[in-house]
Amino acid sequence: MSVSNPNWKPKIVAFCCNWCSYAGADLAGSGRMAYPADVKIIRVPCSCRVNPLFILRAFERGADGVIMCGCHPGDCHYTSGNYFARRRMTMLFSMLDYLGIERGRTRVEWVSAAEGAKFSKTMNEFVKTIYDLGENRKLGDLRCKK
Amino acid sequence: MARIKQRAIELLSDGTVMRVIGWEKGEGNCDWSPALFENAAEMENFVYGDYAGANLSKYCLKFNRQEGKTLVVLKPCDTLSFRQLLHEHRIDREKFYVIGAGCKGMKDEKGGLLKCSACKGKEFEVYDEIIDDEEAQKTTALMDRMAGVIELEKMTAQERFDFWRGELSRCIRCNACRNVCPACSCIKCVFDNPASGVQSKAPVTDFEENMFHIIRAYHVAGRCTDCGECSRVCPQNIPLHLLNRKFIKDMNELYGDYQAGVGENERTPLTSYTKEDAEPGIVYERGNA
Amino acid sequence: MQKIGVFVCWCGSNIAGTVDVEAVSEAMKSVPGVVYSANYQYMCSAAGQKLIADAIHEHHLDGIVVASCSPRMHENTFRKTAEAAGLNPYMVEIANIREQCSWIHKDKEEGTAKAIVLARTAVAKLLHNKPLQAGTSAVTKRALVIGGGIAGIQTALDVADAGYEVDIVEQRPTIGGRMAQLDKTFPTLDCSACILTPKMVEASQNEKINIISYAKVEKVDGFVGNFKATIRKKARFVDETKCTGCSLCMSKCPSKKGKDEFNMEMNNRPAIYIPFAQAIPNVAVIDPEQCLKLKTGKCGLCEKVCTAGAINYKQQDELIEREYGAIVVATGFKPIDPSPLNEYGYADNADVITSLELERLMNAAGPTKGTLLRPSDLQHPHEIVFIQCVGSRCDENTKRGKPYCSKICCMYTAKHAMLIRDKYPDTKVHVFYIDVRTPGKNFDEFYRRAVEQYGVDYIKGMVGKVAKEGDKLMVRGSDLINNQQVEIAADLVVLATAIEPDPTARSIGTMLTASMDTNDFFTEAHAKLRPVESPTAGIFLSGVAQGPKDVPETVAQASAAAAKVIGLLAKDHLVTNPCVAYSNELLCNGCSQCEKVCPYGAITYIEKEVRGPGVREVRRIAQVNPAVCQGCGACTVTCPSGAMDLKGFANKQIMAEVDAICL
Repeated sequence: MSVSNPNWKPKIVAFCCNWCSYAGADLAGSGRMAYPADVKIIRVPCSCRVNPLFILRAFERGADGVIMCGCHPGDCHYTSGNYFARRRMTMLFSMLDYLGIERGRTRVEWVSAAEGAKFSKTMNEFVKTIYDLGENRKLGDLRCKK
Repeated sequence: MARIKQRAIELLSDGTVMRVIGWEKGEGNCDWSPALFENAAEMENFVYGDYAGANLSKYCLKFNRQEGKTLVVLKPCDTLSFRQLLHEHRIDREKFYVIGAGCKGMKDEKGGLLKCSACKGKEFEVYDEIIDDEEAQKTTALMDRMAGVIELEKMTAQERFDFWRGELSRCIRCNACRNVCPACSCIKCVFDNPASGVQSKAPVTDFEENMFHIIRAYHVAGRCTDCGECSRVCPQNIPLHLLNRKFIKDMNELYGDYQAGVGENERTPLTSYTKEDAEPGIVYERGNA
Repeated sequence: MQKIGVFVCWCGSNIAGTVDVEAVSEAMKSVPGVVYSANYQYMCSAAGQKLIADAIHEHHLDGIVVASCSPRMHENTFRKTAEAAGLNPYMVEIANIREQCSWIHKDKEEGTAKAIVLARTAVAKLLHNKPLQAGTSAVTKRALVIGGGIAGIQTALDVADAGYEVDIVEQRPTIGGRMAQLDKTFPTLDCSACILTPKMVEASQNEKINIISYAKVEKVDGFVGNFKATIRKKARFVDETKCTGCSLCMSKCPSKKGKDEFNMEMNNRPAIYIPFAQAIPNVAVIDPEQCLKLKTGKCGLCEKVCTAGAINYKQQDELIEREYGAIVVATGFKPIDPSPLNEYGYADNADVITSLELERLMNAAGPTKGTLLRPSDLQHPHEIVFIQCVGSRCDENTKRGKPYCSKICCMYTAKHAMLIRDKYPDTKVHVFYIDVRTPGKNFDEFYRRAVEQYGVDYIKGMVGKVAKEGDKLMVRGSDLINNQQVEIAADLVVLATAIEPDPTARSIGTMLTASMDTNDFFTEAHAKLRPVESPTAGIFLSGVAQGPKDVPETVAQASAAAAKVIGLLAKDHLVTNPCVAYSNELLCNGCSQCEKVCPYGAITYIEKEVRGPGVREVRRIAQVNPAVCQGCGACTVTCPSGAMDLKGFANKQIMAEVDAICL
């Protein structure tokens, strides 16, 4: 997909759980492990707090990519939150795919509080994917008004 | 039909039930609609037969807190919705007298109903008594109910996108799908609630228009019995059941076979998990990008 | 409109080096809601905090955003600053412009632009914040310990030592548990009874400890600090207050067909019995399945011989309701039944026994009075084969056993082998093993002593078949080190059977809403850092109920659990996290979805008259107990109507953040 606007910068929302991934992002920061400024983080207590509505809302408001990070399965601070989140996101992503939305605009990654490098690497990859996909038009255009 | 009517009148007359939820004829021959009957005289208009396609279980919500028992006539597939409402504690079993009505597949003015072409069988999940005329037994599903979903999955992403844009762009937000759906039965829908954070101040937002159907399907995922009412009532003929069936197909494939409204287990695939569940990325490894 | 102040921190050059802090604080002035914006070198310093406090007073701020380092670093600092200045501490939001901005970006323009977005996002969220109050709840200063084995006894003793009341509920007629059945304990070979029974006596004599034996917990309501348990004390048909434990009734009882549970059912006991000589309470119990009087109405001999008048055939179960602040699960284990593992021939051969049965055969109070005789013909066995990992470490898919290592078997098998070689030097002892695992203090030395000093024959390999031939048991297995098949004609085969949680564990876990793994072991709140707590607040784990462990580990965990219980009971009030879920009763469908995903059992449903605009009706609605909720938010997403929301991370707040980022 081509980028129509040369000045276009993607808007990327990253939901991070407070206990693992947000701490992992902090660690990436203290380790000066850079990733693009396009990523903006929203802190949530647990990945199970992320409502599919939030993700759709982000797309509706013009986000080009949404990534959710949580504790590794088995390590959830609340024991089971990320297990529920995993099913919810699987279902949501499948539905978006079914509707013909480009794969790759949504992603889930488990990042522990010790994985600053993984956080940085993940964000770099994700931002690259979004640049490759270009602007998010399909979600806004799903209901074409003629 | 005569037996059901006769039995309902008996139960009304002897005080077992105080009202009956059934069907009555409309102006034409094919447009039967749900109706409430509160005495034997009103029961004159009661009908059951080829055009009783409407799933009456949702109407039970209205009568759950009312005095006395309510008689409801349910077809086999309708009893799944009834059971699901029991699972969700939305209705009390003892407030209803369920007549399980045998069904040989329902019609409308255009012929056999779409939902009946993927008939889920002739078993009643819940009933107090079954009235099943002999000729009204054992119709079999005419098609694989996932055929439509599979067909879409085989398309490219662009084709799917074009398909859905073509379908969803016809939506006039009349809310018929929501109003008829037994699973979509919130006391107050998030889309109607200015305080939900989903709805902006303006009465109709882009979000509502674009995301309504995704969120609706998501909210009923695991609770939708695939009764097919959404597609049946859509005045724009949008195949909404294809959204619900996609969730059903995915859940069956990823988390094991599951049918909402069957059995005693109140947990749905989305309120359960296993430690070995697939990662969300799996959905990008299947089908066409 | 709220009045919001924004405070941008330089963090020396940490932030100011890559973010134009002046531009950020200037940009914030035009954000709706912001009435004051400033920047300062170190906001967390005393001077920086004073700047914030002064601004709160001067500008009558309703909330503040501090754009600084990670909230994980200084959120609490600034909450305290705000509180001291008269602002609700939850009207503070942090924009993380250091770890998640200045430190990862080099371009100042880019960093500044991002910092503005982050600060704007924090303001957007703050506009939806509500003042929150941390709640308190009282603590009942009494603990309930479920299970009276060594784990439960140790926990109870430690808690009682700190001055708190403890009830031990034990399902069997006596406390003591599995350890009471053991003959000797590794690696020191003390006699088990000699170290356990004094503790049992101590527990019974401690005035803070109340032993409720032959009883089960039937129901538990409430939450941390405020549990209410219903305990069913089963009828023992003997008045505990009168029975002196003289055991005369036992010798007179004509029914002798009851299986002696304490001796692993290897001999019979009377219908009226005391499980073993050192039982606590030392009180008889009548087995209603075996008692002629209770079954047929004829007999009554025990009543006639009892000089204390303790027998009461009409005794009924008794229900006890008690309140507790903390509950300790110490439900222990049982060995698995190896019968389904056909290759070992346990079901068909009396001389194939489990290790726990061997303990009883070697114990002076056991069925053979401590002389090692094989069960079939009571002859002394001269060749004994031990088989390790029976039902442990199995492939989960085969369903032939447990996937986990039972942990204690390597050591007790070495113990058995050594004791037999010591007492009966004419006996040959072979041990089939997969690995020998000896990670414990003095454990490996112990095992090596068995091999080097006592000449126990360790064979690396598994056994394929145990078959009876004449009066011998032919054990066929593989010797992986010598790469050959071996066949041993044994007189006795001892199976180191896997251990599994007590069968009551699952129902107790459900009752307590304490999570368990697929093997029915209780799950700890954190595998590494909170190993003696259940994720459910106020529930603690002691002993094998949490996972296989030996006596010293069990005692260590029991004491650790006690320390946690004492820490809880020492508090007069519990301060609760105010960022908890709550249900809007006008929106709640009462559909019970949220309860299913709550890991803490914090959600209950009540019938309530709901009143609102145009609404007045009785509905089933969800209620969150704020003392139990930990604030994960799982329920909020499960709720289709949006009735369930999370304070501090409300739908509106998160949506506002999304909107602000995507602006």
